[in-house]
Amino acid sequence: MISSPATRDRPLTRWTAVILAVLLLTVFLALPLAAVFTEALRRGWETALAAYADPDAQSAIMLTLLVAAIAVPVNTLGGIAAAWCVAKYEFPGKRLLVALIELPFSVSPVISGMVFVLVFGAQGWLGPWLQERGVQIIFALPGLVLATVFVTFPFVARTLIPLMQEQGRTEEEAAATLGASGWQSFRLVTLPNVKWALLTGVLLCNARAMGEFGAVSVVSGHIRGETNTMPLYIEILYNEYQFAAAFAVAALLALLALVTLFAKTLLERFSGRRREIA
Amino acid sequence: MSVALPLPRQPGASLWRRRRDALPGFGLALGITLTWLSLIVLVPLSALVLRPWELGVTGILQVLSDPRVLAALRLSFGSALLAALVNLPLGLLVAWVLVRLRFPGRRVLDAMVDLPFALPTAVAGLALTALFAPNGWLGAPLKAVGVQVAYTPLGVFVAMMFVGLPFTVRTVEPVLRDLGTEAEEAAATLGASRAQALLRVVLPALAPALLTGFGLAFARSVGEYGSVIFIAGNRPLVSEIAPLVIVQRLEGFDYAGAAVIGLAMLLLAFVVLFAVGLLQAWLRPERRA
Repeated sequence: MISSPATRDRPLTRWTAVILAVLLLTVFLALPLAAVFTEALRRGWETALAAYADPDAQSAIMLTLLVAAIAVPVNTLGGIAAAWCVAKYEFPGKRLLVALIELPFSVSPVISGMVFVLVFGAQGWLGPWLQERGVQIIFALPGLVLATVFVTFPFVARTLIPLMQEQGRTEEEAAATLGASGWQSFRLVTLPNVKWALLTGVLLCNARAMGEFGAVSVVSGHIRGETNTMPLYIEILYNEYQFAAAFAVAALLALLALVTLFAKTLLERFSGRRREIA
Repeated sequence: MSVALPLPRQPGASLWRRRRDALPGFGLALGITLTWLSLIVLVPLSALVLRPWELGVTGILQVLSDPRVLAALRLSFGSALLAALVNLPLGLLVAWVLVRLRFPGRRVLDAMVDLPFALPTAVAGLALTALFAPNGWLGAPLKAVGVQVAYTPLGVFVAMMFVGLPFTVRTVEPVLRDLGTEAEEAAATLGASRAQALLRVVLPALAPALLTGFGLAFARSVGEYGSVIFIAGNRPLVSEIAPLVIVQRLEGFDYAGAAVIGLAMLLLAFVVLFAVGLLQAWLRPERRA
């Protein structure tokens, strides 16, 4: 930003501000990240690689991928549907709907997991009924997926809604006038218009799905090799004083975060707009 | 196939006349949305609202008067408020530097701000603990001057600052960018000193955004679990946060008790956010005048 002399602070003030900001972000954000990678490699590459080869680690990685592979498509579909209603139509209760879609972001992760325990747990509303039929939701994969879907619920919808609202509905109406079916106009007009935003939303949804800790911690039951996702496995390793292994697995997730941030920056450059992560 | 020209749209027209809309798919999309929303969010959350009453009012009060619960709620809300407050000037500083100043490495700094958003909370917790542990990079020098961060309430505060900082930066930043420098220039032309221009022109314009940032940072930190429990040490009555007490109650199959604490947390958080909203509304007319 070019500023006139009247609003330009003295170089000393400016440089102090820059140095303070850099110092703050370095101490607070860069150092923790550096600590993860340093601790992971403290005992050398072999130890870190051995940590990944452990069968429990492998099952944690597979489970994390599986949970994300279910939760992300569900929320992508739901997010697109929600954005479509909210952005393209007027209807009573629209503001309430938007507020409800955003609700999971203002709920503690632990509470997000707990609500499913209250419904499906051993003493939950449906617990006894499920138990009679031998269906396990809490302390099993369905619970992990439900909790993950809950916490990642708003990501796709909230990246799409502002953009689709801005774009309005004239292009879709034109397509309809030219004889396009609803599905054709969605596939050929709407989707190409929002593709970068959609990708960003999916990316952020995925990062959170793979990294979620509090909500899945409550519903997991921490059964080794069965219901531990990567973040939960990190906690177990840490509590067992296997620090090198804990940090090695944490480094994988930190890499995922860095790749996500990098891809988000790239996508923003493609689409020419900024987006909030959370 | 011929398609009728779309009728002029009437905002707020009846939901049931939507069939005549030129754009198809409203019913299907709304159906998917409501099903998705109800199954995942509304029905489970209703359990949180309904289950505490199994205990009756006395039972609820009993849970809430448990010293351990009270201490945990005090710690969670106290640190979250304090961390959000401290993040205000820090977030403003970072936003100011990113918007107003050009220097090498600005883009890297900009990307770094989002790190707490993207970093899984368990990783953040582990990282902060390693950093602030008595033998850590920051913990060791701090220990030398007699400050212990890890395994104390101070650690809870530090973790909450970490997760909250990007919210303050990212809410203030766009407002500061849109604000431009014209108003400041006008103030300077009219004889205001730099400090006067900043305090009486820029700060009031940023106040609503700062408050929003405060609210978001608070809401995120107060329920934060993963980043906090590693560094907190989790000593009952001292450094135990409210979400951890909920987890323990659930592990002891005290569902109703856990729900009481969860509902209390949600309601208290809404009270704080409502107060922030009131403050914002109170500040607004002054800004327009």
